[in-house]
Amino acid sequence: MRNVFFSEAIRDAIRNEMLNDPRVFCIGEDIGRVGGSFGVTAGLYKEFGEERVRDTPISEQAIVGLSAGAALTGMIPVAEIMYNDFMLCAADQIINQAAKFRYMYGGGMKVPMVVRMAVGGGLQCAAQHSQSLEAFLVHIPGLKVVYPSTPADALGLMISSIRDENPVMFFEHQLLYQVSDNVPDGFEPIPLGIADVKKEGSDITIVATGLCVKKSLDAAELLAKEGINAEVVDPRTLYPLDKETIYRSLAKTRKVVIVTEEVKRGAWSAEMASNIAEDMFESLDKKIVRVGALNTPVPFTVSLEEYVLPQVNNIVDAVKSVF
Amino acid sequence: MEKRELLDLYQTMQTIRKFEFQTSKSFAEEIVQGFVHLYIGEEAIATGVCANLNRDDYITSTHRGHGHIIAKGADLKRMMAELCGRETGYCKGKGGSMHIADTDLGILGANGIVGGGFNLACGAGFSSKMLKTNQVCVCFFGDGATGTGASHEAMNIAKVWKLPVIFVNENNLYADSCRITDGLASESTADRALAYHMPHYSIDGNDVLTVYETAKEAIERARNGEGPSFIECKTYRWRGHFEVEPETYRPPEELKLWKSKEKDPIARFEKYLLENHGVSEEEVKQIKASIDKEVKAAVEFALNSPLPDKSSACTDVYTDIVEEGRA
Ligand SMILES: Cc1ncc(C[n+]2csc(CCOP(=O)(O)OP(=O)(O)O)c2C)c(N)n1
Ligand SMILES: [Mg+2]
Repeated sequence: MRNVFFSEAIRDAIRNEMLNDPRVFCIGEDIGRVGGSFGVTAGLYKEFGEERVRDTPISEQAIVGLSAGAALTGMIPVAEIMYNDFMLCAADQIINQAAKFRYMYGGGMKVPMVVRMAVGGGLQCAAQHSQSLEAFLVHIPGLKVVYPSTPADALGLMISSIRDENPVMFFEHQLLYQVSDNVPDGFEPIPLGIADVKKEGSDITIVATGLCVKKSLDAAELLAKEGINAEVVDPRTLYPLDKETIYRSLAKTRKVVIVTEEVKRGAWSAEMASNIAEDMFESLDKKIVRVGALNTPVPFTVSLEEYVLPQVNNIVDAVKSVF
Repeated sequence: MEKRELLDLYQTMQTIRKFEFQTSKSFAEEIVQGFVHLYIGEEAIATGVCANLNRDDYITSTHRGHGHIIAKGADLKRMMAELCGRETGYCKGKGGSMHIADTDLGILGANGIVGGGFNLACGAGFSSKMLKTNQVCVCFFGDGATGTGASHEAMNIAKVWKLPVIFVNENNLYADSCRITDGLASESTADRALAYHMPHYSIDGNDVLTVYETAKEAIERARNGEGPSFIECKTYRWRGHFEVEPETYRPPEELKLWKSKEKDPIARFEKYLLENHGVSEEEVKQIKASIDKEVKAAVEFALNSPLPDKSSACTDVYTDIVEEGRA
């Protein structure tokens, strides 16, 4: 066991893969000489050189498009998009190109690439630097979508993502980078599509992603004081989705609250809820409840931002609403 | 130019600088939050360009927008209130430093997306042409922004459609940590305009009179229906990319050089005014003192303004729909 920051865990995973496979390279804005806007690639430029840790101009289309082209032709890119908001500048390359190649061209192509991006709010960066756009990509057949909540998960999932032969979109919450926790020694991959029960409980299932896992665990602690024993399940990958683990929990608790930082309208949480409604309706004692951001852009000033984004007390209230 | 006009230019540059230094201080005091990119060192560009614009002319701005916005005539009080996230700010606390806008002054917004302004500027130019209003639109952008595909789409369509747009590039040698030589295929950003057969200039962006004269020519061209121009203004930012970053990527001597009296756009212009236009030290002192007062009043205004009410989070998403709040 060793204690590392979330950002370091991702870095260590990338480094390990770069050491093991010369095809792996990093590409993005400010990722080389200065080690990335959030410091994730710190040290890699020095260790692997500018050939394999590529600083780019401000050209998101080129970052993703070039990565896709390189992935088709023998390389394994780990691209960084500084904020998931900027991914939209490269939406065509992600959605119309990388996601489609294999199917559209009849199954002959592989696009082994990872696109990493910071997601979520909480730093008063306002509407164009704080969105949670994961549902947008879950919607697209051909993409895998990963969203870890702990350093250990980030490490193991990053290794799997780099080894995966499909385009993997890897979300990293802005406020998690500086969270530290124990990670296991070694570099054991965590397979995509396996959820993790972050806290066992018997009374209600909270399905949460990203920073909301932490918020849900905090909520669970408060709820425990009121005699409600919540189970917190983190899917870790939004697609492929480990329905089995989630449903097993539901079958036990018979109640569910889904918590994500997304704008609630059209969210991944809605996809999760409809899955549960379709597959597990009979097992539920109460209606499905979702907690998310309000249906607004993320505002700048801290009091409004806190209000718009889901907080621990909103989760507590949501859980209590079904007791 | 008349002495009065020259002093106006001086006053605008000083106002930008003093506002920015105050912002830096307020950021350190945690009164101002979020992402703050300062314009110190680049004041001559916004000042020289906007001095040629009418109130109803348009500008599109960037993440480093305070200077453009002040030069276009914005109210320091409402600006500072926005930086402090107050209800009285330009965006009612919803936008912050990267998103100040004032449509009454033709300010189509600072923008958090690099390259976001290019095609919007073309749209504004298009409206002016369709509505026959004779307004022009100045598109401010950094050297780094010329790496976006959007910049090329905009320059091409602006030229093909002869839109009244002036592309004003602030080439401060860096895009975040990326030195221009590592990020740009051409030596001069003005080379980009060549490909689109657009009149272009590459000028000393720290010489406010050169900026003024060049912009005048380009703006007249746009107003006469002769289409877009491109002005590369060479400059340098004194502060880090944002407040507060370690600036490990640039040599300290370079910064020192650009901060010197010979390069500083304000010191240069001040010297010029004193030596050539009979401006006295006393006049300069008075201007500075009046700006200090104005900036101080802006901070007081901001701090005395209320924070926005929570319910305001749910308004302004649409013109006609108020979103639901939390129960
Ligand atoms: C589409 C997009 N990509 C990346 C960023 C992050 N970013 C903000 S400012 C900046 C550098 C901009 O450089 P330049 O255009 O030269 O303007 P300057 O900051 O030098 O004024 C970067 C990379 C962004 N805001 N938007
Ligand atoms: Mg620049």
